[in-house]
Amino acid sequence: MSLDALAETDRVALPAWVRLHFDRVRDRWVLLAPERVLFPCATSVTILEHVGPGRSLGEVVTVLAQEFEAPRETISADVRQMLQGLADQGFLAVEAGHG
Amino acid sequence: MAELFLGRRDPWTEPPMGLLAELTHRCPLQCPYCSNPLELERVNGELATADWRRVLDEAADLGVLQVHLSGGEPTARGDLEEIVAHARGLGLYTNLITAGVLLDERRIARLQTAGLEHVQLSLQAAEAATADRVGGYREGHGKKLVVARLVRAAGLPLTINAVVHRQNLDQLEAMVGLALELGAHRLEVAHVQYYGWALRNRAALMPTREQLEAATEIVERSRCELRGRLAIDYVIPDYWAKRPKPCMGGWGSTIFNVTPQGKVMPCHAAASIPSLEFASVRDHSLRWIWQESPAFQRFRGTDWLPDPCRSCALKEVDFGGCRCQAMALAGDAAATDPACELSPLHAAMFDVARAESAAPPPEFVYRRPRREAPAPLPGRLTAEVAS
Repeated sequence: MSLDALAETDRVALPAWVRLHFDRVRDRWVLLAPERVLFPCATSVTILEHVGPGRSLGEVVTVLAQEFEAPRETISADVRQMLQGLADQGFLAVEAGHG
Repeated sequence: MAELFLGRRDPWTEPPMGLLAELTHRCPLQCPYCSNPLELERVNGELATADWRRVLDEAADLGVLQVHLSGGEPTARGDLEEIVAHARGLGLYTNLITAGVLLDERRIARLQTAGLEHVQLSLQAAEAATADRVGGYREGHGKKLVVARLVRAAGLPLTINAVVHRQNLDQLEAMVGLALELGAHRLEVAHVQYYGWALRNRAALMPTREQLEAATEIVERSRCELRGRLAIDYVIPDYWAKRPKPCMGGWGSTIFNVTPQGKVMPCHAAASIPSLEFASVRDHSLRWIWQESPAFQRFRGTDWLPDPCRSCALKEVDFGGCRCQAMALAGDAAATDPACELSPLHAAMFDVARAESAAPPPEFVYRRPRREAPAPLPGRLTAEVAS
């Protein structure tokens, strides 16, 4: 299912059991998931702060493109790559939206 | 001499990632490959709820991010909800490692309310008759299937843990199917690792080379077919390997284990190394135990490595392999793990795997608390055998 590339209209969110957590000891953000700890880079953390229930991939890209005053295609590539990686590991809740 | 030198080592400042909390050694199942030591710790010496709260406080302070609540069977403790709630309150990711047979819908709801985030449920096989025989628990398999569905119905993520060996590998494909059908997110296919109870039962569990290859093929194919639907982790058996595994990611590097009575060890099998003395949370802070205690410092990093490990290009990859396996098979915890093909004992290890897997399997010695002294473990390897 997630082998299919994510669509702009897909709603993307972290499931309740995948948690972005600020680690005071290491002084950085970590992503806590079943039997895994991921250390997202600053860009990934920014993306993760923008995904959320009801938000589509396209909306995340639009908001980030405005915030960073960057071309939509550039932002889209980063967001897709990062979220696809999470989806392939089963760490992203994806709900098909309506185009 | 080495001990004196190591005693002066600087404290280890890298923080640990995970805490394996063995809340109790009580368990209704009797799996013959149980990772608990042969000498099970008794219930009347178990840490109290307040002790565990303090351990979790100290663990979070030290940098632990995930707590794996294990046993024995952790749900045998009535205060599990309190322990989960405390861990979660500290921001720790809470993972329950369970056989499931003591759980019901209400208890799962209570654990979820307390903040439980993930359940890892063991299955002993795909078919009930095999599973119940391996677990030594009647109708356990059926209960597990009910519990798996309850966990998913509650919206909790589920990992199925399937320990595989010669007596259930023919059901591996069915176990993958079962994990899918149960709605699991992850499947852990773990070949038995031969310490403690599993070492005692080695001949009854050792797969043939052909069984191993068939299993690996099934796992690789399923991984491709199910990517994004079911993640599959795979642990291969040392006896058929060419290189040792970096046990626990290196001694005292990422995770530690607290036993029911409070002993702190770099791995759950480390009590099998008689030369090491493990400090207890009753007497010392976790920080001191992790950073400075001699047992944790003993095999850290690569300075202590013997030859051929010392000059090996892979020493930062596998750290000479597993100390408990070196102890069990070479009689020396500081030796090269015989799983490595550069060990003088490697060929003998292969011979054991070949001979034991080809012979009819003996009866299981089930995991039970024993009053009498346990029977001796299989002998150490000698290089002479390896011709």
